[in-house]
Amino acid sequence: MSFRMAALLESLLQREVELNRALDWLRGRHECEENGQDLQVRKQEFVPFLLNFLRDQSSNSLTHGPATPAKTPSTSRPLRAQGTSSERRGNRSSTGQGSRSTSRIQLFSPAANTSQPGDNPNELDNTLNSSHGSHGLTGISQFSSPSFSSGWSPAPRYTPSERRSAQRHCLADFMTSPPETQPSPTAQQHRGRRRMGPFGASAASRQTGARSGQMEEGCRWDGAGRKGRVAVKMNEPVSPPTQVELNFNNLDDFPPVGAAHVSPIPAKPSRRINPTPVSTERPNSKPKSCFTSTPLSQPCSSSPSIPETFGPGPSAASPLCLQEERELLKKERSKLAQQTSSPAKPIPGVCTPTRPVRPGSKVTPDPQAPGPDPAKVTHAPELNLLAEIYCTCISENLVPCVFLEVFFVLQLLTTRSVAPSDTMEQDPPVPGGKTDALERDYLGNVHNCVYFAVQVLENQFTLLSHLDRCTLRLLAENERVGVFSPGLRDLLVQAQDSCTSKVIPDLHTFIHSVPFQPATDNRTNFSSDKAFHIFKKQRDIFYELLREWEDYHKEPGWEFEAALGNRVRAMVSQLTAAGNHCHFARLFQKQLVQMCKGPRVLGSPGDAPDADLLGMLGADSLGRLKRLQERLIQPQALSGPCPPPSFPGNQEFFRDFLQTASCCQLNQHLKDGLCQQLLQLNEVSILGPEATSDEGEEGVDGDMEQQDEKQRYSSVLVVAQVLAKFLGFISFLPYQTSEAPSREIQEAAVTLRSKSAPVLDVCAVLRSCIHRKRTVLTIPWLVEFLSMLDYTGPFLPSYRDAFGLLLQFYRRMRLGKVGGQFYLNQMLLVATLGWLFQIPVFPDDLFFSMDLKDELKELENHTSNQGLDNLPLVDEQLLYTCCPYLGEFRKLLAAFVSGSASKTGGLIRKITPTSAEPRGPPTTRSQQKIHLDLEQAFFHNQPPSLRRTVEFVAERIGSNCVKHIKATLVSELVRGGEKTLRDGLGSDCVNAAKLNDSICAQLCDAGMQALEKATRFCSENAPRAVRVLLPEETSQTVLTTAESITTRLATEKACSWLSSNITTLIKREWKSSFERVIKTLPSPTSKESLNTEEANRSLQPPKSSSGQETGSFCPPDCNNEAPLASDVIVEIKEVLSIAVGPRTEEEVFTVQQIFSLLDKVEQTLKSRKFMSPVAEQMLLRCTVLLASKLVSGELPVVSSTETNRRALPDLRPLLEEFVLIWTRTPSAPLTLLLSELTLTTMLHTNDVQRCNYLLLIKLLIEKGLLKEDEVGSRWMKLSELSWPVESVEKFKKLSLASPSTVPSVKHTDILQVSP
Amino acid sequence: MKICRAEYKTIAKFIEQLRPTRQCMKILKDRFPNHSQSTLLSIFSLEYQKRMKRTLVKHQDVVEDYFQRYRSEAKKRPSDPVLLELANEVDLSPSLLARLLVERFLEEQQGSVSSKQVLNSMLKEPSLIPDMQLAKHVEQCTINDCCYGPLVDCIKHAIGQEHEEILREKLRERNLSFLDENHLRAKGYDKTPDIILEVPIAVEGHIVHWIESKASFGDEQSHRTYLNEQFWSYWNRFGPGLVIYWYGFISELDCQRDRGILLKDCFPTDIVTLCHGSSHC
Repeated sequence: MSFRMAALLESLLQREVELNRALDWLRGRHECEENGQDLQVRKQEFVPFLLNFLRDQSSNSLTHGPATPAKTPSTSRPLRAQGTSSERRGNRSSTGQGSRSTSRIQLFSPAANTSQPGDNPNELDNTLNSSHGSHGLTGISQFSSPSFSSGWSPAPRYTPSERRSAQRHCLADFMTSPPETQPSPTAQQHRGRRRMGPFGASAASRQTGARSGQMEEGCRWDGAGRKGRVAVKMNEPVSPPTQVELNFNNLDDFPPVGAAHVSPIPAKPSRRINPTPVSTERPNSKPKSCFTSTPLSQPCSSSPSIPETFGPGPSAASPLCLQEERELLKKERSKLAQQTSSPAKPIPGVCTPTRPVRPGSKVTPDPQAPGPDPAKVTHAPELNLLAEIYCTCISENLVPCVFLEVFFVLQLLTTRSVAPSDTMEQDPPVPGGKTDALERDYLGNVHNCVYFAVQVLENQFTLLSHLDRCTLRLLAENERVGVFSPGLRDLLVQAQDSCTSKVIPDLHTFIHSVPFQPATDNRTNFSSDKAFHIFKKQRDIFYELLREWEDYHKEPGWEFEAALGNRVRAMVSQLTAAGNHCHFARLFQKQLVQMCKGPRVLGSPGDAPDADLLGMLGADSLGRLKRLQERLIQPQALSGPCPPPSFPGNQEFFRDFLQTASCCQLNQHLKDGLCQQLLQLNEVSILGPEATSDEGEEGVDGDMEQQDEKQRYSSVLVVAQVLAKFLGFISFLPYQTSEAPSREIQEAAVTLRSKSAPVLDVCAVLRSCIHRKRTVLTIPWLVEFLSMLDYTGPFLPSYRDAFGLLLQFYRRMRLGKVGGQFYLNQMLLVATLGWLFQIPVFPDDLFFSMDLKDELKELENHTSNQGLDNLPLVDEQLLYTCCPYLGEFRKLLAAFVSGSASKTGGLIRKITPTSAEPRGPPTTRSQQKIHLDLEQAFFHNQPPSLRRTVEFVAERIGSNCVKHIKATLVSELVRGGEKTLRDGLGSDCVNAAKLNDSICAQLCDAGMQALEKATRFCSENAPRAVRVLLPEETSQTVLTTAESITTRLATEKACSWLSSNITTLIKREWKSSFERVIKTLPSPTSKESLNTEEANRSLQPPKSSSGQETGSFCPPDCNNEAPLASDVIVEIKEVLSIAVGPRTEEEVFTVQQIFSLLDKVEQTLKSRKFMSPVAEQMLLRCTVLLASKLVSGELPVVSSTETNRRALPDLRPLLEEFVLIWTRTPSAPLTLLLSELTLTTMLHTNDVQRCNYLLLIKLLIEKGLLKEDEVGSRWMKLSELSWPVESVEKFKKLSLASPSTVPSVKHTDILQVSP
Repeated sequence: MKICRAEYKTIAKFIEQLRPTRQCMKILKDRFPNHSQSTLLSIFSLEYQKRMKRTLVKHQDVVEDYFQRYRSEAKKRPSDPVLLELANEVDLSPSLLARLLVERFLEEQQGSVSSKQVLNSMLKEPSLIPDMQLAKHVEQCTINDCCYGPLVDCIKHAIGQEHEEILREKLRERNLSFLDENHLRAKGYDKTPDIILEVPIAVEGHIVHWIESKASFGDEQSHRTYLNEQFWSYWNRFGPGLVIYWYGFISELDCQRDRGILLKDCFPTDIVTLCHGSSHC
């Protein structure tokens, strides 16, 4: 119960309770029995109370950055509870059903176990109320809408500070949403309702209640009354919307609170933030302030009282930009709403400290305001105490999200100076009695905030020190830290140096497609030809969509549904028709992994480059940093440490695709596939260092193997996270609703849905991973999966149990109790779980209400030694990849840096870096990069087993190589060293230490040849090994390439390890050897035959290996100088076109020209290299045609250009040439010569030409290329044709008509031309 | 030979007035002496085909008219190239006109529509046409036409084949091992570029998995079609690749290099291979 919490905190602050007792209690040592008050306080209740108290306290100071409301039940109403259990029920129903919608404001949702039937709140209220001399309001609260006012939140007295705090929660919520986002009227309402919802309403009603007896409150009683009526509805779970609209947009219901004149009790002006009306409904009514509004959430334009310049971002100055931005944000938000299915959740906050919250407002950072000053800190003892309690809560993982608290503390640290608070160091006395310990303004000024923050940071230094280098630097350079705690600053500086993180550049810049693999993709894998061909098209369409998305999705106004929707659906419906879902699902899943496994896409785009850029700049260039920061910080950049789940980068495409396709078959196949791959990945074996006692021995190459295992782990984890997110997305997609369902609906749904098996047995997976100590792999992806749950999902038994387990696990995962090596493992788990507990889908009351059976202990008891959790697997890069929101610290601090620059004047102009990312890779890539790309590319179209083999062999060879070097080189060196040592020690005047050093140095120098040896070892062994392992049918080139890649990989692996470790290795070996020798010194035996020769040999540099033999180049075989068929055909065509005309007189050919043409034909036909059968046939056909045009005289031929054109050339040699060609290539269509067309032509020619024709035929018959009877039968047909009789006669006369005697040698005409 | 878009437009504009005859080709060559004959012919062919596609319907509507005109002309002066003249006059490809008229002729003779196959064979082998005079005129048309007709089709086919072979030859010279379409079909690939390299290479800094040979000029329209029907499909299956337009292309089209489609107008010289031993390459 909150009042008890309040009492506890109060008594702590007043030193009535020993701090240590409380801390012990928090740490779980014993229950806290409060003096006399008999308050059995539960931690689950105290912690949220404390968190809310701190948020309250700082509400005025924190004017920047996204809000950090913890998802706590809002015990925040710091003071006495009122109301009956029936009220509580009512409240619960409202918060329960609308948990999501109210979570941010209604921080206080009743925890199941907090409402104990034994309570008698009224009584307690009375007690407390009277004891504190406040207005007894119990009656009133009972009187006013019992079903409505919350048992958890109402404060009986409404001192301004309380009201402020009440408002503060709203504020906090609204701060998370970018103010410039001007929601559409409806959205606005929704938002308002959601955020402010029941809480705002109840606060208001309470407030009105509190003011009872004051004249101007009369009307509000009305309001309260109305609310009461509404509240009846509220018992039916659907009510929140009504209620809110009523409360919110009605200024009568919600009179402006900030307006001091309204309140008879003098408000503390300094604590007020001028609120803005929630809606534009009544722009002119009491524009100044409206209780329910907050300046940050509401569009400034809706309030005339707010100058135009008000705005969170730099663009505020330009209304146009603002408008544009709003449009964009609106879109963004609707997108977000769709993807997270939690539209109620705050959009990532926008504010940065540099943003003037409001000109003229009290919270405006005053440029002239002095910085925080340790001397001006008030209430230091109390702050210390609070800090200590707070830190204990953090350290004990009693808070839902450790990193949220860190963020909050950093916000306190970077809070802007609030000018008025300087003048207001003491709280004004509260009228009517002693100052309430909880009423004091502990965090009301910047000095106190910073003081408190630094206290906490000091306490949490270990945690901080594991953040990234850039954050640490920013923190160390933060002037406030320096002023308030030089010690902390020094620690931070030190921590920076030990920070090991390095950014590994992303080598793979281009997207790969999923390669076509005959084994899974060819015809045999499909049920029919049709299905196969349809899938062929589908693959292409899929990539076409992907490319289009890539090109356009960032353009304003582009929408997936509008642009691609129909095409997606058309394609998917074809899938159904062809039954290709499983094929497509596989393609989809592979492409998803391809495109989303890179760390780059995981972070929100645009974030990382800035941060990295900042990281590269050192402290020395702070000025540059500031300038850069000014350019780079986007107003929207700060999203808080717990952004709702999203689909960043390329994931967006896949999500949109699935949403648009909306195809249950596809989804089912995908679920199967994702589940399978996930569980496979989950089982992946990652080896720890071999557990040998010989620590010096194995530790060394253990390190190297560990490096590989680490990489494997992180790639597996990243892929698993993507798969899990999509599995969750698809699985819960059918249940997603934009609004949380009412309690009844939800219960019905739970009953219904708990009957069918969930897609993934989360509990079983979870138990198994805890049992087998594999949480560091499993939990991060499970969190991704669970983050996709729908509103009802968490209430299903299986998921509820899973949440319970996770909560238990989280509680046990105290970072303070972890060894250094595994700290980052735990940090990853704490960060991901903390995030899960804060995101919308996680039920608000769960964290503090879950009854935790300690199932874990049992699970952990049976744990085997083997497991991943005790391997140092997580490094900083992976941590930030998996938890990009940790980068928010850096952004917050960087924003502060740039903000402090503005002290000197006015607004900082921030430029939204629209083209911050370089477009495309630079034109020239280094050879090395090309080489690496080529290697990647090489594997792309090979069977996956090839890559696995190569990588495996490379890894083993590399590792063996190191062992080999150790066994040979190192031990030889050390033995040689031993000998030198013994020899040296033999002579008298020797300083053993000096000798030791010099030998050691020698050995280390000699050790450098290890690289050469390693190279040789790898190039000798790797090819052999790969060759044996690859299938026989692998082609030679592929084999050679695989061998050389393996060699390179192995060499690289071995050499990189050796080059950085060989010295250490030798030193270590030498040290033990030296010690051994020294021990045995008394008997320096020279008998020991050391194989000096061997040692010497090994000291000689090996001859440089000449590498592989030169491959023999096969000279390009024979001369392929023959003209191409196409060219020859073109040439003949030219000739033929002259033959068929029309032509000019000049267009004639000499016999020689035809000869040379024929020569080309002959060459071409001979060298068949480039010849296709079609071309060959056409070529031959052309020659036949040419011959016929030649004999018919259509082709104008002269013997030579000089001679008389009239003189007919002798064609016989040419004709013989033709026949020669056809003899060599016997498939010429010679029957063309006997075709009607030819014969007809011949009939119309003169005798010379006919003779030529007959000569040709004769030659052909002689060569056997034409058969006599064939010729005869063709000629016989002549008579059947309807030709002029005289023509036929003429021809017959020539050809002797008789088929049997065709050999026309007898014919005189022919003899004339024959020799 | 890369030609910038503006220049291509100039050429295309000039081509508008030309007919597909050897005389016109000569005019074209004289007008643009800096470009190779094959490039010009290829561009001419592309542009002329576009023109024909645009106008064919219009001609089909007046086949009857053409037929009657042909008849009367052929009667008047049987030995003149009347069909070719008609084609040039109405600006229709001689081969296409011949085809239309043969079709019309057969329809008249046989009273039924002839199959495509019959038409094709008659165009290829005019002596099959029952009317010898028409056959002669058809032959005249198909032989003179430098954009359409069986002869041109065959030449185009041959050019394509030859360049593929040239490509393979160059790859062999370079010791680059590859699978060609036949290998790929045998393995059951659904889309097959001319060449898939067994081991990828880098050309001018870009990874190349496959090579497609195009024995034509790459103009805007045909490139777009190829992209959609072939190149992207190859990319979708085999990753980035290279297209060689042996007769050149519009230089502006080579804009997808970073996305995995590289254009060249010849076999590339700047090739990086994955040879680890220094001696191999």
